[in-house]
Amino acid sequence: MKLHEYQAKQVFADAGIPTPPSTLADNVDDAVAAAEEIGYPVAIKAQVQVGGRGKAGGIKLVDDADEAREAADAILGMDLKGIHVDRVLVEGAVDFVNELYVGVTMDRGEGKPVAMVSTRGGVNIEEVAEEDPDAIVREHVDPSFGMHPYQARRAVYEAGVERDVANDVASVLQTLYTLWDDRDGADAEINPLMVTSDREVIAADAVMNIDEDALFRQPELAEMEEDAAGGDDLEAKADEYGFDYVRLDGNVGIIGNGAGLVMTTLDLVDHYGGKPANFLDIGGGAKAERVTNALDMVFSDENVDSVVFNIFGGITRGDEVARGINEALEGFDEIPKPVVVRLAGTNWEEGMEILNEDLVTVEKTLEDAVQRAVANADEVDQ
Amino acid sequence: MSVLVDDDTRVVVQGITGGEGKFHAGQMIEYGTNVVAGAVPGKGGQEVHGVPVYDTVDQAAREEDADASVVFVPPAFAADAIFEALDSPVDLAVAITEGIPTQDMARVNKRLSEVDTRLIGPNCPGIITPGEAKLGILPGNIFESGNVGLVSRSGTLTYQVVSNLTERGIGQTTAIGIGGDPIIGTDFVDALRLFEDDSDTDAIVMCGEIGGEDEEEAAAFIDDYVDTPVAGFIAGRTAPPGKRMGHAGAIVSGSGTGTAQSKIDALNDAGVPVGDTPEEVADHIESFL
Repeated sequence: MKLHEYQAKQVFADAGIPTPPSTLADNVDDAVAAAEEIGYPVAIKAQVQVGGRGKAGGIKLVDDADEAREAADAILGMDLKGIHVDRVLVEGAVDFVNELYVGVTMDRGEGKPVAMVSTRGGVNIEEVAEEDPDAIVREHVDPSFGMHPYQARRAVYEAGVERDVANDVASVLQTLYTLWDDRDGADAEINPLMVTSDREVIAADAVMNIDEDALFRQPELAEMEEDAAGGDDLEAKADEYGFDYVRLDGNVGIIGNGAGLVMTTLDLVDHYGGKPANFLDIGGGAKAERVTNALDMVFSDENVDSVVFNIFGGITRGDEVARGINEALEGFDEIPKPVVVRLAGTNWEEGMEILNEDLVTVEKTLEDAVQRAVANADEVDQ
Repeated sequence: MSVLVDDDTRVVVQGITGGEGKFHAGQMIEYGTNVVAGAVPGKGGQEVHGVPVYDTVDQAAREEDADASVVFVPPAFAADAIFEALDSPVDLAVAITEGIPTQDMARVNKRLSEVDTRLIGPNCPGIITPGEAKLGILPGNIFESGNVGLVSRSGTLTYQVVSNLTERGIGQTTAIGIGGDPIIGTDFVDALRLFEDDSDTDAIVMCGEIGGEDEEEAAAFIDDYVDTPVAGFIAGRTAPPGKRMGHAGAIVSGSGTGTAQSKIDALNDAGVPVGDTPEEVADHIESFL
């Protein structure tokens, strides 16, 4: 779960990391009032979760009230890469001489946290990592102890941060690590961390991703979640139903159990010349109601022309799945999109007996089921 | 022969009084697994499926001479349960739980480097030696005893591939689900080493998926060390970058690491054929035997 910039800034500021003065506004008058209060120049920044906001016109630097009004008016209500902007962050512009990068993430290969510092902030850090990996200094941390202060200092000096601000930068890194650790961060980063002409260090941007599996013990952040979600209606609906769901741009709807098998079903749709519309994992041990909800999800995607339902039951039972499919489909006068079902594993024979074959096509193997669903989609397409 | 578990393995089930733990302990016993104890804090003295329950894993292991543990404990308490298993006399802990916070697993990972106990999982279906023992939630009836070792990051994909093998009469020595989380105990390299050293395993199936670089490391290891023929499968060729595909670990990063293609290329370079479909994986294995 990714926090909005204004949320992350608040979390960082509460932890004691210096941030520029800022105010969230959802209308032009409030934005202008905030800009007057903060004092020019200010940046007016769209609060949406898309990369490249600045380039797309979602961030504007303004010098007076007229410019502020014009910028706020332009940004509020605009569509940034398909996402509607309904709030802006009005923020004091920083008079900087240098842009640094600091971040903390989990190094999954090593299975331990890593803190990072670079003097090449203000640009896409992933590109820096690719072009010049040595420009980013990495310090691995023992997660059962936490980051030693010397580690923060070592990373900062190693990166070549100027000596007069080194202690301040180390202190920001140390705080960022503690924050990441306390708040179950997946990633936390400040890019750029600006050095001002007064030799102060200030976080001009803030990124914080939270481990979704840890939200149960982060109630304050969990509350921010709904606000942070935004975007796709179907993905929001999937959250409600508790499905792992990813929307794609094809026309073959896919439902299955278990991440690896669902991914494999997507891959096979592609292999046999079709285009997957989604990833939908109903999880283990699903009862009839979950199955009904899953079909409802996929049917409500208007891009879907055909559906393949692939279950290999371990703890999921074929008879439960079959009952759910019947229930979902018997409610329709006409089946909205053709459904191909393949059941294997626990209680598949019982499931086959229960399935109403007037409503669905049954195939015995994964390969056959996928090919049939792809053919069904092609027919609808023509 | 087999790896890690057989009919002598004496199993303690952590969380045996909970819904999942109770159900699957019953299934394990029915399969013939030697379940000798349960461990649940505060539930010592009870019995589940005729198996005595103890308050701690230590007690259970001591009193019943257990040497392996299976963890069915909810995510919020699972890391603590794994620590408890690692600090007890058991040699093997199998963690089924899905959804353990990653930072908890980083701490477990650190502890693993300090003890001899092996961890399988978390977020995995467990391990099975067909006809002898299963520790976890795998459906026993699709497996058959034989000479193919299988290691996989995904549960249901394992079942799919196993059924493709079993339908051709190709049985398995042991199948290990290593789990779909970003930080896990036993990884591909560990499992491949076990199968390579097992004289009864004549071929190995390795089912990977997008995310991380474990498959690439496994490919390098196969190149250097493994003589047993290996066939691979990689799920997630069509996954878009930046999206978590069900498993916490199944994500192609924004910068493009962890793609299916990178893993397929690495395996091919190590001489490992990678099937486009589960059926093709079975074709490769059949050609090895």
